[in-house]
Amino acid sequence: MSKNQEFVKFDKVDKSYDGKVLVVKDLNLDIAEGEFITMLGPSGSGKTTCLMMLAGFETPTNGEIYLDANPISNIPPHKRGIGMVFQNYALFPHMTVYENLAFPLKVRKISKDDIDKKVDKALSMVSLSGFENRMPAQLSGGQQQRVAVARALVFDPAVVLMDEPLGALDKNLRESMQYEIKHIHESIGVTVVYVTHDQSEALTMSNRIAVFNDGKVQQLSSPDKLYEEPVNSFVAEFIGENNTFGGEVVDLSNGSCKVKLSHGEILANPISVKSKGERTTVSIRPERALINPENKMDNNHAGTIEEVIYHGDHTRVRLNLLGNSEFILKVPNSSKNLDIKLGNKINIGWNSQDARALDPK
Amino acid sequence: MSSETQQILTTDGIPLSVSLKKAERKNKIKAFLLVVPLLLFLIITYILPIGDMFMRSIDDKMVTNMLPKTFTAMEKWDGKEMPPEEVFAGFYSDFKILVQNKEHGKLAQRLNKEKNGFNSIIKKLFRQVQRNKIDEGQSIKEQIMKVHKRWRDVEYWQAIKRTAPPYTTAKYLKGMDMYYGPDGNIMQVEEDRRIHRILWLRTLEIAFFVTLFSFLMGYPIAHLLATLPMKYSNLLMICVLLPFWTSLLVRTASWMILLQQQGIVNDFFVMIGLVADDNRPEMMYNKVGTYVAMTQILLPFMVLPLYSVMKTISPSLMRAGKSLGGTPFIAFWKIYFPLTIPGIGAGCLLVFILAIGYYITPALVGGASGTLISNQIAYHMKTTLDWSFASAMGLMLLTGVLVVYWVYNKLVGVDNIKLG
Repeated sequence: MSKNQEFVKFDKVDKSYDGKVLVVKDLNLDIAEGEFITMLGPSGSGKTTCLMMLAGFETPTNGEIYLDANPISNIPPHKRGIGMVFQNYALFPHMTVYENLAFPLKVRKISKDDIDKKVDKALSMVSLSGFENRMPAQLSGGQQQRVAVARALVFDPAVVLMDEPLGALDKNLRESMQYEIKHIHESIGVTVVYVTHDQSEALTMSNRIAVFNDGKVQQLSSPDKLYEEPVNSFVAEFIGENNTFGGEVVDLSNGSCKVKLSHGEILANPISVKSKGERTTVSIRPERALINPENKMDNNHAGTIEEVIYHGDHTRVRLNLLGNSEFILKVPNSSKNLDIKLGNKINIGWNSQDARALDPK
Repeated sequence: MSSETQQILTTDGIPLSVSLKKAERKNKIKAFLLVVPLLLFLIITYILPIGDMFMRSIDDKMVTNMLPKTFTAMEKWDGKEMPPEEVFAGFYSDFKILVQNKEHGKLAQRLNKEKNGFNSIIKKLFRQVQRNKIDEGQSIKEQIMKVHKRWRDVEYWQAIKRTAPPYTTAKYLKGMDMYYGPDGNIMQVEEDRRIHRILWLRTLEIAFFVTLFSFLMGYPIAHLLATLPMKYSNLLMICVLLPFWTSLLVRTASWMILLQQQGIVNDFFVMIGLVADDNRPEMMYNKVGTYVAMTQILLPFMVLPLYSVMKTISPSLMRAGKSLGGTPFIAFWKIYFPLTIPGIGAGCLLVFILAIGYYITPALVGGASGTLISNQIAYHMKTTLDWSFASAMGLMLLTGVLVVYWVYNKLVGVDNIKLG
């Protein structure tokens, strides 16, 4: 059975709350069946609004949302059959874990035996068997989270929405829950739409990530492409660490361009520059710039070390390079003893292919 | 193992529990001193008056103190046949002292309450005593029995004996339209004179319906308050609290202006053609007036606890209920409503208890069929001056409230109450 590539489809969706500002602008987004898609963006970027429109708690101001080719704007939330995990779990505090999980099944008039079976299965899926009679308040944050996930899945919804579900957990628990949710997704193949502002969460879990800013999807692609090949300076800035140079394109020829900075010139990969004379922001990932490179690289510049921060597995070095005093380097600690000392001058090199000339900031 | 049984010492060698107490003592004294003003206030204004009320309500020492020798002699009397000579002798010597102090009238009044007919025979005896007609050398029993035939009736002597104990529960029985019969049995007042029982039932009925109406009206308001955006909810909150800042009398008076037969509400009904001008309905000086005015006045006491509970219910719970497939009604009934029960309990308990003791409003707008037991208490305090009866009814009301509280505790649990 071939998977439906347009299982969930946002078609030219606009949303405004006050009639003055568009929170979501002309959103077009196709989500394939069984996909794990993450909406990533800073707060106020419209990602949660999109999720609420999909769940049915907000109506699009314009445009239509399709679920399995059916328009759903006029279907109330309880008839959409979409599971949802809320930011604060939203477990019913007056019901036991069992009753919480049985709630969606009871309202669907499923027989008692089937309810027992399904609840059992869902609880064992999140490894909480034996917790049926606990009240939510008697569970730890991680356990409550798992109950919320189990409850959103117990009635076999076609789509599960998760609204920053791990936001309230501490770092270690958050990481282990990320893997757990990912594994559950892989084993049951449900379509997941996940909202987060945490980029590392998005990178580890998703098939595809939609980066939101200012009500628009800035880039929709797989995690590796998003990191390696950001299409604009917002994405480059938002995902991972990033060294930037602002300048003017002075030459543009066969797949590379020359950018004039305030102090000197660099070669870069023209992504969104089209002609000479344009302003641009050149973005280089810290790990792509090397100290004293052995191989010949087409960008080679000398910089002064201004700060050294020890991070255990690596050392972060802040340089003043070509007038940019915020240039960051990550030096693995296993590498040969480089002369990294405050105030030293060192030689930095990178390939013009890795220096992406994007839109100006 | 032995270390567990050993006393733990501080570094100074003092047992740990002793030095802990010492360290805590100062704080405990400080905390107690802070509470003392309130404690004194409560004792002086609340506990002592209630104790005084209780003593008044059961006090029956008057006759006991007036006829000490009679009652001493009566201890040997079996109370079935005519009392022996000693009882008459004791009664005569007690009565002489009363005549000297001019207190025989009080005795007549009190004994007449116990049994009709005492008034005249005591007056007759008084005249005999005043004229020194009783010869102390002869049998006093014979002479007193000659004064009036009722003195020969054993029932009157039984009635005197019944007033012997210094305490009585008669006032409480009276509050329930009952009294002690001639042989000490509890009897019912004749059917057409049972006014108190009707008042008790009406008080309960009005308190119940006022609570119900406040709940039905307060629940949606509280929900709106809890879910509206701040700028609107503040305005609505002021509307809810406004009655609190207005004098109770002013509010009641405005209800009178609104509800009377030539009042604004009736005018409006006539204007829109709901009722004929010559057939304006009575909305005041009956139960309707009491219901309307009391519900409005007590509504904030329902709204505020409900609001404080609803404010804590996350809106995502309702959303979760809906996204899991519950219709809006199921989501409300299975999720929202159960979570508001602590607020419902607190609001209903508050309104019910306040309504049960309400006084001014029913007195002003209730008319004859809308007055409550507290109006009766006030009547006895101010008009008949039967303070002991008023005290007894006040205590019965207090007991009723405590019973309501107890039942509520059994059903919902007081720990679940949330007042804010």
